[in-house]
Amino acid sequence: MVSTFKLQTYPMAKNTAPVAYDSKIEGNVTFTKLDAAINWMRSNSLWPMPMGLACCGIELMATGASRFDISRFGMEVMRFSPRQSDVMIVAGTVTYKMALAVKRIYDQMAEPKWVIAMGACASSGGMYRSYAVLQGIDQLLPVDVYISGCPPRPEALLEGLMKLQKKIETEQSFVEQKKALLSEIK
Amino acid sequence: MNSTEAADALVATFENSIISTVNFRNEISIEIKLEQSFEILSYCKEKLNFDYLADITAVDNLGNDLRYEVVYQIYSYQHGCHLRIKTGVSEADREAFSVVDLWPTANWHEREAYDMLGVTFKGHPDMRRILMWEGYPYFPLRKDFPLAGKASEMPDVAFSEPVPLDGGPFVTSPCSASTDKREPRSREIIS
Repeated sequence: MVSTFKLQTYPMAKNTAPVAYDSKIEGNVTFTKLDAAINWMRSNSLWPMPMGLACCGIELMATGASRFDISRFGMEVMRFSPRQSDVMIVAGTVTYKMALAVKRIYDQMAEPKWVIAMGACASSGGMYRSYAVLQGIDQLLPVDVYISGCPPRPEALLEGLMKLQKKIETEQSFVEQKKALLSEIK
Repeated sequence: MNSTEAADALVATFENSIISTVNFRNEISIEIKLEQSFEILSYCKEKLNFDYLADITAVDNLGNDLRYEVVYQIYSYQHGCHLRIKTGVSEADREAFSVVDLWPTANWHEREAYDMLGVTFKGHPDMRRILMWEGYPYFPLRKDFPLAGKASEMPDVAFSEPVPLDGGPFVTSPCSASTDKREPRSREIIS
């Protein structure tokens, strides 16, 4: 079936360059850096992987519920599949028995990915100076944001996630890729 | 029937198998010989109606002839009374008798006692570790196991490393000194 929809065409002035100022499309086109655009998209739809291992997991749930409402900041889409997640929130005590399972789930997440160590236990082992507890998830995973507290308040987790957004906004993935590509060509 | 009467009934029936009976603030502990432990616990269950096994745990008395002590906490819903039954296990044997046939809940309690102290239970249907992973080489609640833990490695399963106890362990000492002496924020490890 042939579409009867008719495209509205703007009369173009002759001898005009394709990306020059055009008052007709003003407001519809924004010029920016590619990195800035990518970072803007990434940081405003962070999909967390809730790795709730202890009491911090309860605060994580509270953060997702109505009173604190994590979705105000574009991070509410908690995914229980690592394949669909961007940021792993390690919430709670990481025992040695669980440690490699956490690492395995992290490895299954697609790049780019970030890690938040939520609370004292995930950051440093916390009060568990024990034969059974890994002394901080940063021994296995690269942690981007540490959140203090035992457990941290939901506001602290939101603050941590916003810190992560700020961090993502400063990333220069495209510039770095370009540098890597150039060095490969040489 | 109360705890005292139950203890008296046990002493009357198994006179030669009972080592001692201790009454501390109306909590009665009965120490029995290992060989007759299943028989005595069976009698508690069937004849004295101790229908609920609250806990099985084990104690490491390092240095004693019978190094380990398995402790059964039993309760009777019918009579509303508790009883504590203890039996010594030697370092050479390290084996007590399973009571899973009497109280099915003993299954996981005995696995925990095995996991933490290495005492096995003869007749247990599934004598595996329950908290630590299969292949962990130590029994962490033994007195000769360091508080900081030991390093171990099981490829693709788990690993463990000793933890930094900077200034620890944070333990209290029973004495009449002031609180900051009894419970210091840090103290050098005496090894």
